[in-house]
Amino acid sequence: MLDSLNPISSCKKYGVSPWQCPQFLFVVMGIVTIFAITIIYFLAVLRIGNPTIVSLLVLLVAGFLLIMNFVITNSFERMAEASKLKSEFIHIVSHQLRAPLTNIKFSLDFLVSTRMVQTKEQQEEYFNVIQENSIRMGNLIDNLLTVAQIESSSFPLSKVEVSLEGIAQKLVQKFKFFALASNIKLMIFSADHSLQVLADPLWVEQVMENLLDNAIKYTKGGGEVIIKIYQKKRKVFYEVQDNGVGIPKEEQNFIFEKFFRSDNSFKKQTGGTGLGLHIAKKIIEKMGGEIEFSSKENKGSIFWFSLPIK
Amino acid sequence: MKKILLIEDESALQRSLGDTFREGGFEVLSALDGEIGERLAKSEKPDLIILDLTLPKKNGFEVFQSLKDNEKTRDIPVVVLTNLERIEHVEKVLEMGAKTYLVKSNYTLKEILEKINQVLASQSQYPVGHSTE
Repeated sequence: MLDSLNPISSCKKYGVSPWQCPQFLFVVMGIVTIFAITIIYFLAVLRIGNPTIVSLLVLLVAGFLLIMNFVITNSFERMAEASKLKSEFIHIVSHQLRAPLTNIKFSLDFLVSTRMVQTKEQQEEYFNVIQENSIRMGNLIDNLLTVAQIESSSFPLSKVEVSLEGIAQKLVQKFKFFALASNIKLMIFSADHSLQVLADPLWVEQVMENLLDNAIKYTKGGGEVIIKIYQKKRKVFYEVQDNGVGIPKEEQNFIFEKFFRSDNSFKKQTGGTGLGLHIAKKIIEKMGGEIEFSSKENKGSIFWFSLPIK
Repeated sequence: MKKILLIEDESALQRSLGDTFREGGFEVLSALDGEIGERLAKSEKPDLIILDLTLPKKNGFEVFQSLKDNEKTRDIPVVVLTNLERIEHVEKVLEMGAKTYLVKSNYTLKEILEKINQVLASQSQYPVGHSTE
């Protein structure tokens, strides 16, 4: 409590100069206000003399200065907060890009090295690492650009009639072999084939693909992934259920946060950029829908989103 | 033959670093998460541990602390090899007793092997591991 009143320690948090620090500015503006009100008071007494008018005038000036104070310090606080978030973001992004870059670098290091005896199989493995990690870097950059696009006010979203079932059938075809290779049963249920929503077909497909991809990725061999499409009230639901590894309870609150998986607690899971679910949530919300999940560790997860019916 | 425990969750790095260390004359034990790493450190008592900081299940700081708290593993030299390079992380692990802090992307495989040899050489009066030249 006392610490939050100390402008010097509060300013350190933002890592900016005192003149850009909201707490320091608040103190300065306070002093300026007291000083200005005192001057106004003496000037008014000298020039006007009427105590009622003097006090009204001083009150008016004091009120105006207080509001100005509030607006200025508030906007500085938001700026300082944004700059702190931005440097945090750059830090995480560079760390995220470095991981695949290091994999590529070390693989090339190995391949060009003449010191080590290399078998053809070994070389093939290293080339695969390079290929996989270049794709990983590309995906990360694509996702970063999507996040930047979503956060800007000019995010292009069309609203046309879309059949979620149609997209889901297409995705099932696409993921059929991936699921088969992982020995996972992939099923789709749809109660009403005529259900349509108003959405952007490209973005909604990306979200649906992301949820399905996650479900398959986090389900062990022998498991199953079920897609359901149904209507409830004036909404159409797309649901992906798996009996995979699930999400630990303590992590569930952070699942939609940007870069959650990669770094928040220095613990990371396999692959991924940590942006997929964040993007999914933002897109669904922009289209007027909602996205939620329920999960139990080692039992599985259900992710679903709903969009307004056409 | 000296034993190196490599606690690193990227399988691609396990491969490239592992091959390099084996080529450098070491026996390499691999752990893909913090928990396995900690268990192997206690059971296998390696001559040196290479530790990443971002790890599944148990992060590098937690693994390091528990190694320091255990009598069997307290004296094993630890080299931190990570892509994090914030000054507070570097200070923290050096304070905890890490022999050196290497940012992965700033070194080549050969340089990492040289650093490992240096650390092991400073541990005993006889340098260990083969020269890679």
